[in-house]
Amino acid sequence: MTSPTHAPAGVRETTEGTVYDVTGGDWDQIAADIAQSDDERIIVNMGPQHPSTHGVLRLILEIDGETVTEARCGIGYLHTGIEKNLEFRTWTQGTTFVTRMDYVMPFFNEAAYCLAVEKLLGIEDDIPDRATLIRVLLMELNRISSHMVFTATGGMELGATTVAIFGFRDREMVLDLFELITGLRMNHAYIRPGGLSQDLPPGAVDALREFIKKMRKNLAEYQKLCVGNPVFKARLKDIGYLDLAGCMALGATGPILRSAGLPHDLRKTQPYCGYDTFDFEVPTTDTCDSFGRFLLRLEEMHQSLRIVEQCVDRLEPGPVMVADKKIAWPAQLALGPDGLGNSLDHIKKIMGTSMEALIHHFKLVTEGFRVPPGQTYAAVESPKGELGVHAVSDGGTRPYRVHFRDPSFTNLQSMAAMCEGGQVADVIVAVASIDPVMGGVDR
Amino acid sequence: MGLEEKLPSGFLLTTVEKVAGMARKSSIFPATFGLACCAIEMMTTGAGRYDLARFGMEVFRGSPRQADLMIVAGRVSQKMAPVLRQVYDQMPNPKWVISMGVCASSGGMFNNYAIVQGVDHVVPVDIYLPGCPPRPEMLQDAILKLHEQIRTSKLGVNQQEAAREAEEAAKKALPTIEMPLSSEKKGLPR
Ligand code: SF4
Repeated sequence: MTSPTHAPAGVRETTEGTVYDVTGGDWDQIAADIAQSDDERIIVNMGPQHPSTHGVLRLILEIDGETVTEARCGIGYLHTGIEKNLEFRTWTQGTTFVTRMDYVMPFFNEAAYCLAVEKLLGIEDDIPDRATLIRVLLMELNRISSHMVFTATGGMELGATTVAIFGFRDREMVLDLFELITGLRMNHAYIRPGGLSQDLPPGAVDALREFIKKMRKNLAEYQKLCVGNPVFKARLKDIGYLDLAGCMALGATGPILRSAGLPHDLRKTQPYCGYDTFDFEVPTTDTCDSFGRFLLRLEEMHQSLRIVEQCVDRLEPGPVMVADKKIAWPAQLALGPDGLGNSLDHIKKIMGTSMEALIHHFKLVTEGFRVPPGQTYAAVESPKGELGVHAVSDGGTRPYRVHFRDPSFTNLQSMAAMCEGGQVADVIVAVASIDPVMGGVDR
Repeated sequence: MGLEEKLPSGFLLTTVEKVAGMARKSSIFPATFGLACCAIEMMTTGAGRYDLARFGMEVFRGSPRQADLMIVAGRVSQKMAPVLRQVYDQMPNPKWVISMGVCASSGGMFNNYAIVQGVDHVVPVDIYLPGCPPRPEMLQDAILKLHEQIRTSKLGVNQQEAAREAEEAAKKALPTIEMPLSSEKKGLPR
């Protein structure tokens, strides 16, 4: 046993040199305390590298026989310091970082961040309609792909490999769209303060329509594959129970809260990006269990598809960035002949015609725009719940502080309430039904 | 490792090398070591469209003791590094490591207090795979390159010989940037 003064990790000498392991910290102490008591309790450590804990989540379970008497989670194994990094980059560069927070829902991170920056700038009303519409479109597509990952990884954790293969198959379809629109499969940095980085490419609308048709058909398959499957049902029903009072006390949002019967959805209760003009429903159940949450997510995918369809119908040509050249980059990026960088025509224009413009462009790209001092909070309804951004500016070209209220982080604390008193095998189901993404939890 | 390491240099050893290389490359078991965004792409590579099963490695092992390839997919935080090393130590020899994504390879865009600036600070890496995240095709390419590397790898005395040669070559290699010799140095060092 290591001495308590030692570094966070335990140390073991081997013939190949020193080996650091995951003991140490609270773990040693708990294990020692339990060893001294004379009952049958055991401490089981699951993770951080475990195929069923949804990424690098560490679960510390105290079990008595097969029953979990106490459950805790250990987080921080994916702490990336993104919030700190943001303070050293311009406001625009921030999108590149925030998109990597919860990597399963990049567009929500970007949108929430950009909404906050726009609020600080006081330009919410100047965002072109087309930009807002495309934001909504991408967010809803992203909701589908995020729920697909939930279904796939959740299924895999239960041993339902077919579900996993199906989930990834359909997610690929969404990613193809993302790639067409933004150029990247993940981590897009496509939504920027003031609008979007570029317009939809030609052929996007056709691809979207094609996608909606195919997805309708595929979504029905999940219904048949999972909902009708007695094993799947038996594993999920009445597992991970958390009622409304529990949700309220723990600050849970998203599908967990809606599975307890409260139709709380920021898109309805506190509309942003013009969600109040769309026709969709917020599904709820009152089963409070994992199965209910699964059904909810299935239904949400249908609803998202409806919104996507409405977006596509409403799309009209127009700008996708605010007109203010102090915020929007002066260049409308057009591809050069080599398929990379800016078009030569544009470079010629900016270099040849106006020294002023060149200086302005240079300043804006290297230094960024200034944001008036103040603080603000913007929130969007992400697939996992309320994703909030608290942004503080001191008037400079870089954020003073940006904090994310990530739904995975807040929802994860309901894990103990859901698991204690249940079976060990059900812990996996309960955690999967929370759908935490460690990138979002730890940031 | 095993008996094959003790064979004398010669015909027998080269034959065993070939057989072992073929056998090893044909059925690699990767350990799941998904950390961040790259892990999602790694899972995609295993799923339907990209189908790693074509290369005999669809079974991602949950236990490192059954695996011989670790795909470090994602950013390794300071807190995760000891865990990573422990998982690596638990894998039986011979073992290989692919560092997937710029974060694992060099820290990537996160040059800060939290992220290990390249997983090669913790474990030896065989293939560096750049990209943020690398496309599934890129991961497949990396895996195929690794297969080739494994197929042609040497054993026993031959391996020691190869290592010695590589070191000699590295010592003799000329720097890619022309530097003035200190005796000829004039003016300020550039
Ligand atoms: S390389 Fe990029 S995609 Fe991979 S873990 Fe790092 S940030 Fe995520």
